[in-house]
Amino acid sequence: MTVDTPKYRELGLTDSEYELIVEKLGRAPNDVELAMFSLLWSEHCAYKHSRKLLGKLPTDGPRVVMGPGENAGAVDVGSGYAVAFKVESHNHPSAVEPFQGAATGVGGIMRDVFAIGARPIALLDSLRFGELDSVRSRHLLDGAVRGIGHYGNSIGVATVGGEIYFEEPYEHNCLVNAMCIGFAKTEDMVRAAAAGPGNSVVLMGASTGRDGIGGASVLASAELGEGDEAKRPTVQIGDPFEESKLLECCLELLEKGLLVSLQDLGAAGLTSSAGEMASAGGVGIEIDVAKVPLREADMEPFEIMVSESQERMLAVVEPARVDQVRAICEKWQTASAEIGKVTEDGLVRILRDGETVGEMPVEALVGGCPLYDLEPAEPKGWIYGNRATLEVGASPEEELLSLLSSPNIASKRWAFEQYDYLVGSRTVRRPEQADAAVLQLPEAGNAIAVSIDGNGRRVACDPYLGTIDAVLECAQNLACVGAEPLGLTNCLNFGNPEKPAGAWQLDRAVSGLADACNALGVPVVGGNVSLYNEGPDGPIYPTPVVALVGELPDPEQVAGSGFAREGDAIGLVGPFEPNLAGSELAKQRGELKMGLPRPDVEAVARACDVVRDAIRAGKLSSAHDVSDGGLAVALAESAIAGDIGCEANLEHLRERGAQPEEALFGEGPGGFVVSGERSMLEELGATLLGKVGGNRIEIGAGDHSLSVGLADAERAWRSLDPA
Amino acid sequence: MIWGVLQFPGSCDERDALHACEVHGDGARLVWHECRDLDGVDGVVVPGGFSYGDYLRAGAIARFSPAMEAVAEAAAGGMPVLGICNGFQVLCEAGLLPGALLRNVELRFRCHQVELIEEGTGERLSIPAKHGEGRYYAPDEMLDQMESSGQIAYRYAEGHNSNGSVRDIAGVTNERGNVLGLMPHPEHAVDPLTGSTDGLKVFDRLSQGAFANHGDGNAP
Repeated sequence: MTVDTPKYRELGLTDSEYELIVEKLGRAPNDVELAMFSLLWSEHCAYKHSRKLLGKLPTDGPRVVMGPGENAGAVDVGSGYAVAFKVESHNHPSAVEPFQGAATGVGGIMRDVFAIGARPIALLDSLRFGELDSVRSRHLLDGAVRGIGHYGNSIGVATVGGEIYFEEPYEHNCLVNAMCIGFAKTEDMVRAAAAGPGNSVVLMGASTGRDGIGGASVLASAELGEGDEAKRPTVQIGDPFEESKLLECCLELLEKGLLVSLQDLGAAGLTSSAGEMASAGGVGIEIDVAKVPLREADMEPFEIMVSESQERMLAVVEPARVDQVRAICEKWQTASAEIGKVTEDGLVRILRDGETVGEMPVEALVGGCPLYDLEPAEPKGWIYGNRATLEVGASPEEELLSLLSSPNIASKRWAFEQYDYLVGSRTVRRPEQADAAVLQLPEAGNAIAVSIDGNGRRVACDPYLGTIDAVLECAQNLACVGAEPLGLTNCLNFGNPEKPAGAWQLDRAVSGLADACNALGVPVVGGNVSLYNEGPDGPIYPTPVVALVGELPDPEQVAGSGFAREGDAIGLVGPFEPNLAGSELAKQRGELKMGLPRPDVEAVARACDVVRDAIRAGKLSSAHDVSDGGLAVALAESAIAGDIGCEANLEHLRERGAQPEEALFGEGPGGFVVSGERSMLEELGATLLGKVGGNRIEIGAGDHSLSVGLADAERAWRSLDPA
Repeated sequence: MIWGVLQFPGSCDERDALHACEVHGDGARLVWHECRDLDGVDGVVVPGGFSYGDYLRAGAIARFSPAMEAVAEAAAGGMPVLGICNGFQVLCEAGLLPGALLRNVELRFRCHQVELIEEGTGERLSIPAKHGEGRYYAPDEMLDQMESSGQIAYRYAEGHNSNGSVRDIAGVTNERGNVLGLMPHPEHAVDPLTGSTDGLKVFDRLSQGAFANHGDGNAP
C-alpha cells in the first residue's frame, strides 16, 4: 500500500461504497464508524454478491421452526422438540493457521446453535485440500483434523460424520466447513432480535483482546496469495473450556427464561452482533466500550468493536433480571458485564466512558450495503488442470484398487478416530457404518439422520447439474438409513464472484440448488456463503456443500452400508445411468472436461422413497448409494464394511446404454446397492445383480470383468495414512 | 444403589454417566464440583471430559475441588468410586489410585472400540475408548506389587493397546478394591442401539465388591 491509499480502500470499501456511507451519514465517518462499516459492508457480512441469488431458494415448509436470518435454522421433530442446524465456513483462517482456524470454526458454529437455545449434540465437517503429495496439503489436513478434534472433543459434542476431498484447485485455498446440530424444546428457543428499549445489553464469556481484528475484511474477503504469514495475527485463538462453560451458562439462562434475546459474537465481533440484533428488532443500541472487559488495557474503541475474540455472547436482559443473570454467569465461572442498552432511536451509538465516539443509523450500517448484480459468463471449456495418475491401459482390477486407494474414496478412519463420535449417547450409526450419521432422540421418541455432501469436481463440470447431483446424493444417503429429509442447509464455497467465470459458477449452482430443493420438497433453513476462494493458480472448484437433516421414526430399523448375510441377493435400485464424466476415474486419467449428463430428478426422488420405505419396514440387510468410483466401488465398499465378498454381474447396465467400463466405474445420481432376500428385492423392482458371499469381489462386466480378493480391496481402501 | 456423578466445569461425559448409572442402579444425581454433600449417595462416578480445561495437566486441578475432598473421605470409608478416563486421571492425581496417565504413544487422540480382558475371570468386554492421554504408567516395582495384590482390573486384549499402556493395563483399583479407574468408557456401553452393553458389567463388578475379593487380601 502507498501512503496515498485512502483508509477506506485499505479496509476493502470501494469508492462508491464510501461515497454512499458519507451520503447516509451526512458527513465523513470517523475511524470507529469506518471500521464498523467496512466490516458490515464486507462480503462476509453483507453477502453483497450473493444475496440477490439466494432469494431463489425455497425456505418454507410445514416443519420449519426457524428459517434463514436466525443464527441457525431449525425443524420440528415432533413431541415438542426441534433440531437446529447450520454449516459455516472457516476457509481463509484455516488456510493461514489450520489448527486454530478449524478449531474456532467449530467453536463458532456451536455458538450459532446454542444462541437459539439448542444444546449442540453433533458436529460434522466438510473439508477440502490439495492433493496429498503436497507437503502443504498434509500440513493443512493434519492441523485442521487436530483442530476439529481438539475443540469438539474438549467441549463434549460428538463429531459424527463428514467428508474430505483432495483436489489440486484447493492447494492454496483449503475449505473447512463445520456443521453443528442442536436439540431443543421448541418452547425454549429464542430469536436474536433485540427488543424492549431500556433493556440492558450484557456481554458474557471471554474478555476482548486484539485477536482476529480485521478478520472479516482482511481475511474473509480477499484472495490469498504471497505474504499469508503476515496475516497470522488476525486468526482467532480458540478456548474450548471457556466455550463449554459459556454453553452451559447460556442454556441455563434460557431454560430459566432470563434472556430476551441472545446472539453470538462471530465475524466482526461486537459490531456485527450488536448491529444485527438491533436491525432484527427494529430498535437502536448503545454500547460503552469502557465497560467491555479487556485483555489489553490500551485498546482503541474501534479495536474493541471489531475484535473477533472467541467464546463471547451478547444478551438482551430486562434490567430487573441483570443480577440473576450475572449470578448464573458466576456459577459457571463465566465473566459478564453490562455494556449498554437497547434504545428507541434506531441508532448504533458507541460510547467511551459516556462520551459518544461513533453514531450510525442501524439501517445504514446493517442493511445499507449495496447489493451487486453478477456479470456471469460461461468459461470456454475446462479452466482447471488435468493430471493423469493412472495409465489408460490399466486392467479393471488395477483400476478398482487404484480407485479404492484414492484419498477421496479410501476410508477416512485416520481422521474420524481423532474425533469423539460417541459422547452424548445418541450415536446409533458411527462413521462409515452407514451412508448417513444416525442420532437417537429418546426425548422425542425417534431419531434423526444427517449427511453432508458436495463433490466440487462434478460441480466444476456443470455447476447447475453438479449441484443437483450433490443434493440428490445427500437425499440418497438419508434414504439408505430410512430417513426423510426435513430441511437443508448449505455453505456455498466459490471463487471470486467479480470475475465472469466465478459469477457464472455461483449463479448456476444456486439455480441447481433451488431446483433440486423444489423437486424434493425440502426447504432451505439456513446457509452461509464463502467467496473469493482463490489462490495464485486460480479459483477452487465451485463447492456448494449441502447438508440434509432427516427424521426416522425408529432407530432400531436402520440398516448399515455393509453386506450382512451370506446368500443375500444384491440389487440395484433407482434410475442410475453411469457415466465417466466428472468421475474419479476420469480424474485419475487426466480426462476431465466440461459437461455432465442430466439426471431424472423425479425418478431419483421416487427411488429414495422406495429405499426409505423398505429400510423402515426392515426389508433390507444393507443399503449404500452409488457415489464416487461408481458401482464397482460401491459393491467393494459394501463388501469391506460387511467383511464378506460378493459376486455381481453388470451386464444389465448395457440396457441403460452403459459400456462395460462405464458400468463399473461410471458415476451419477440415482443408484442404490441393496442386499436382502431375493423376493424382497424383486418386490422393490430392483435390478438383480448377484449375491453376497465368499472372500472375493467378483464383478462381471463383459471384457472388463474383474476379480479382486476382499483382503486386497480392504488393504487398498484402508491405505490412507497421511501422518 | 444410588450413584452420584461429579460435575466439573469442562466435564463432557457426565450426562452419559448419569444415564448409565440410572440404567445400572436405582437412581443417580449430579454432584456439583463445589459441593461436599454426598448424602444419600452409595457410589460415585468421576466422569470423563476435560475438567477445568485440563490445561495444566489432566486431572491436576480437579483433585483440589471440594467434591473430590468429599470423594476421598467416602473412598476411605469404603464407598465404591469409579473414575472413567479424565476421572481416572483425577483419581491418580488425587493419590486414590496408583500410577499416572501419559500421552498416547502415537501422540494423537483416538476414539475406537476396544476389547478388554477382565483380570481374574478372563471375560472379554467390548467397550469404546477415546482419549489422548491414556497411556498407563507406573514403575516396575509398583506394578509387581499391584499385580500381586490384585489391583489390575482390566487389560487391553492383544492388538487393542493402542495408547502404549505399560503391561497392557486399562484399569486399576486401589488396594482395598473399592476405587476403580479405567480409560475406556463403560458409560458409553449400556445400550445395544449405540454399541454394546458390556459397560454395565464394570458397574456391576465395582458395586458388588468383586475387586475386593481377589489378590492377597492385604487391604487397609
